[in-house]
Amino acid sequence: MADLVTFTIDGRQVQAAPRTLLITAAKQAGIEIPAFCYYDGFSLQAACRMCLVEIEKTPKLQVACTTPVTEGMVVRTDSPQVAAARKGMLELLLTNHPLDCPVCDKGGECELQDMVFRYGAGESRFVETKQHVDERQWSPVVFYDKPRCILCYRCVRVCDEGLGVGALGVGDRGSASEIIPNRGDHLECDECGACIDICPVGALTSGTYRYQTRPWEMDHVGTICTFCSNGCKTTLGVRNGEITRANNRDKSGVNGEFLCVKGRYGFDFNHHPERLTAPLVRVNGKLAPASWAQALATVGKKFAEVKQRGGKFGVIGSNHTTNEENYYLQNFARQALGTSNIDHRRTGDVATLIDALHGHAGALATTADLYTTPAALIIGSDLSQQHPFLAWQLRANFRHHQAKVFAITSGPIREDRYAAKTMRAAEGEELTAVESFREHLAQQKSLVILFGDSIKGDAVRKLVAFGDSLGIPVSYVPLVDYSNSRGASDMGVLPDLLPGYHGVREAGLEPGLAYDAILSATDLDALYVVQENPFAKTPLASTGAFVVVQDLFLTETAERADVVLPAASAYEKAGTVTNVCGEVQKLKAGAKTMGAKTDLEIMGLISKEMGVSIGIWKHDTVFAEVRKSVPGYNVALPVVETGGAAPTFPVNGRVPLEDRPDLISSDRNTLFLSGTLGRYSKMLTSVLEYPGKLYGQPVETELEMKEAQNT
Amino acid sequence: MTFSPALEERFAKLLTSYPAGRTRSAVVPMLLYAQDELGWVSRELIEEVARRTGVTAVQVDEVIGYYSMLRRHPIGKHLVQVCTNICCMVVGGQDLFEHASKTLGVGHKGTTTDGLFTLEEVECMGACSWAPAIQVGYDFHHQVTPERFDRLIEGLRNAEAETRKV
Repeated sequence: MADLVTFTIDGRQVQAAPRTLLITAAKQAGIEIPAFCYYDGFSLQAACRMCLVEIEKTPKLQVACTTPVTEGMVVRTDSPQVAAARKGMLELLLTNHPLDCPVCDKGGECELQDMVFRYGAGESRFVETKQHVDERQWSPVVFYDKPRCILCYRCVRVCDEGLGVGALGVGDRGSASEIIPNRGDHLECDECGACIDICPVGALTSGTYRYQTRPWEMDHVGTICTFCSNGCKTTLGVRNGEITRANNRDKSGVNGEFLCVKGRYGFDFNHHPERLTAPLVRVNGKLAPASWAQALATVGKKFAEVKQRGGKFGVIGSNHTTNEENYYLQNFARQALGTSNIDHRRTGDVATLIDALHGHAGALATTADLYTTPAALIIGSDLSQQHPFLAWQLRANFRHHQAKVFAITSGPIREDRYAAKTMRAAEGEELTAVESFREHLAQQKSLVILFGDSIKGDAVRKLVAFGDSLGIPVSYVPLVDYSNSRGASDMGVLPDLLPGYHGVREAGLEPGLAYDAILSATDLDALYVVQENPFAKTPLASTGAFVVVQDLFLTETAERADVVLPAASAYEKAGTVTNVCGEVQKLKAGAKTMGAKTDLEIMGLISKEMGVSIGIWKHDTVFAEVRKSVPGYNVALPVVETGGAAPTFPVNGRVPLEDRPDLISSDRNTLFLSGTLGRYSKMLTSVLEYPGKLYGQPVETELEMKEAQNT
Repeated sequence: MTFSPALEERFAKLLTSYPAGRTRSAVVPMLLYAQDELGWVSRELIEEVARRTGVTAVQVDEVIGYYSMLRRHPIGKHLVQVCTNICCMVVGGQDLFEHASKTLGVGHKGTTTDGLFTLEEVECMGACSWAPAIQVGYDFHHQVTPERFDRLIEGLRNAEAETRKV
């Protein structure tokens, strides 16, 4: 490292790395220099002039956000001249800014408001009438109130640089300047709302949150987004048990402040009017509301009866429930029900990768690695659509560290624009295509390979062999679809594997029926489905089976059930989930839905009804057991408990799995789709882009597919 | 979107006139040349220039919003710009503009009903030594008096009538 530069700030001698910007160096020294336009991680703008400081031997005040520190520099950030300059800047910013803080969404957490309080520029010498322009709606998500805008360009930069969308610009000039959307009068973009979040004032407001509440009236609950597998922390603003917004302004979690449209706006499924609030029991062929006691007794009695006569069970687990619930579920299946017929819908081939990686240390990349790796290879995934946070990490890595990104996909992707090399290859032919990158890849210091569902079974082994042959350190990310797809696999919601990828034969069991076989078996006596909607695509062959479904909504599967139990959503419970990179993070209950119970509690109560004990149904008790008994999950508790992400290291040995690549298939969700759950978010379904495009092609929704089947 | 062969040639040259990866530098000249040919900057043109220079349409929009010489609406055949800035004003620029407005029957940014002229009151056009100055299209006219102005307009009207006869 180059020698540190010594400079003086407010009479204190401090050191910083050469070329550090004054604003950053001051921050490191514990001195805050206010700024609106400067934003860590994005290009410099020097537009707001709030960061003016006094530098000795420089005649005028200088902007700290673009001035690098130099040896012997003497800076003052607290002189009367600086304070006067800031006050003056604020007065100018307030020229046309309405003083509608009492009704403004931003009031209470507004950077401009804070600054005006601090520098006392509340009174203005301007006597002219303020220019007024009516507020405009650009999409169901984004509203723009021009007079409030201070033209800091943060939204323009986050959209262009951070998201790679570039949907916003600045139109006109002088006092007529305003932010403009890319389609004249409306936006066509990712609808991620990053522009709203990053706005220092209330110029950009959110369709769901606007005029709903005030920041100080909410509880701020940091939990993990329940949609895709990226495991972004989303801080729910909860008022009276109802979620009114989701953002991550405190930059906690692996994602920093990043959230996509699902994380920021998809939460409205939670208070969808169709949420189930009471158990339903089929009486005379019709589902009728029943009490929990009745419903549980019905289930318990039937399950016990089927078990006693040696009947055939099927259990389908979820991609959204917690690790504790998945662990408990496979215990429930194997011990309480005595069946190995347990599976979940597999969206990526994690098990084969872990098997193929036996003997490799540290070969699973974390989300943080994506920001630091010198090179990355994307295979078979429209990353920006399917894994928006991973795409954000790579984009930031390219921006800040000039990472080399390679991609092999079946169609155009957003990464093409900055990738070192991209190539089109049909699904299944990616591994042949990757050979042409060999030379370039082998030149990199290290590499992270992210692969989608087209690489499965044998292809995963071949890919690992290819990685080994490069002669550089290679780590992998097996892309899976949902918030706990990875956890379902790790926790042994599989017919042939126990938690931690132990073969069932180790426990003296025989592998049971897999997902497709459970659905196609004609002699099933009872089917237990936890937060999954298998019948949306495949009907149940066993027409006489007793079906129990736990879900949030009356899905196609629940409609066929004999007993439907209302389950709590991920935003209503505690527990842990494992993201696509194998990082364990903790959920925190924010909202409440009357009548719903967590899946863990329901499973516990059913086993109690059956008269069997499979342990306490408290998430921390189960998590303690998971930490003890699942290899790789002995994660640092302080990390998880404080809301951090603990990486898991799976077994470093062979996995005795049955290769079933035919079972692995991603749902191909775009930014605006999320299997069945996404259908219940009004915000997701109301945006113009719904259901969106993968590889530049429109995507069929689950609903459309079903309609097509019916006709 | 296709342009005349001459303009296409100009565009091709423009795209090679800047250092590699800086094709966005061609946005302003492209818009100006295309505007000369089409008369204004249409939505279609914005998208086309964005595509050719590798920027987003909204970035082209930003440029158009910034430069007043780029127009989002069609105008008359001849753009008559009258300077009313200080040097022109002290020797009758303001009166000249009012006279022009009367002669043409339109105000600032107005277009005559026959679609021949659009009048515009503009800031300094760098012809202070020969004030009052006006500009018709790309042609400068110096020390313009109301009479000279009328003769000029008359001439353009007659020329137009001639071409229509043919």
